[in-house]
Amino acid sequence: MPDESKGINPKLITAFVSSTRNVLSMMVGVESEIGKPALKTESKPCYDVSGIVGFSGEVAGSVVISFHEEAALSIVEAFCGERIEVDNPDFADAIGELSNMIAGNAKKDFGLEASIGIPSVIIGPEHTLARLSDVPCIAIPCSSEVGNFSVEVNIKQVSKVTV
Amino acid sequence: MKILLVDDSRTMRNIWKKVISSIDGSEAVEAGDGNEGLAAIEKSGPFDLMLIDWNMPNMDGLSMVKKVRETDKSTAIIMVTTEAEKPRIIEAIKAGVNNYVVKPFTPDTLKDKIDETMKKVGAAS
Ligand SMILES: [Mg+2]
Repeated sequence: MPDESKGINPKLITAFVSSTRNVLSMMVGVESEIGKPALKTESKPCYDVSGIVGFSGEVAGSVVISFHEEAALSIVEAFCGERIEVDNPDFADAIGELSNMIAGNAKKDFGLEASIGIPSVIIGPEHTLARLSDVPCIAIPCSSEVGNFSVEVNIKQVSKVTV
Repeated sequence: MKILLVDDSRTMRNIWKKVISSIDGSEAVEAGDGNEGLAAIEKSGPFDLMLIDWNMPNMDGLSMVKKVRETDKSTAIIMVTTEAEKPRIIEAIKAGVNNYVVKPFTPDTLKDKIDETMKKVGAAS
């Protein structure tokens, strides 16, 4: 039995690494370099544009894809085929959909029964996010030719509820 | 060909529109969730093809497909979604989708799936 109360299943981190690379490469044409995942204690995301997707089922918690604003602008431009400014509602829509794809694509590699929620997007240099306190947040630093971003995984495996 | 595009992301609908713009005489109607999709069928249907996302607020794509199939067994439906697990795909097929495209996808993959689906559905009717 894996210890479900502490730590984070490395399989979950690997799943996010490959889904992030896959989604950005296929939908945006951006190749990303993945750095070493590290424990994160701060409640502020790494950068100023964050897409957040919640998980439920046999996993609980959320993933945050946090982009440096310049990186977000370039990625959205490549995704949409035109320059879209941060205050345009389509900017948040695009970040939300990319986050949805990264979360959904990672989920298939969990080997668990899990569902994802509707993405939300927060934009602003100093925003903070509430997290599960009983599970560590692992930040995966990513770099690309268009700038830096990070994938922050704060999810835990939970026991299947049997009725 | 009249196509209904149902996805809560406008960006995604725009990508779909670009793909279907290569189809001769294609005409797209957009909806942002399952409820809007059903309303669009009432108002602007019937359609030749529906592209439906799974994860959407208010009414998800699977529920919409089930609703559509209560009365319409023939319109081609392709689910285009991040849901990639086998059990989910089986669930969607049981609900009545004709084809399934996992996001992320390339424009060519989506176009090929549309062609393949229209051929299959055309041959069956
Ligand atoms: Mg969606």
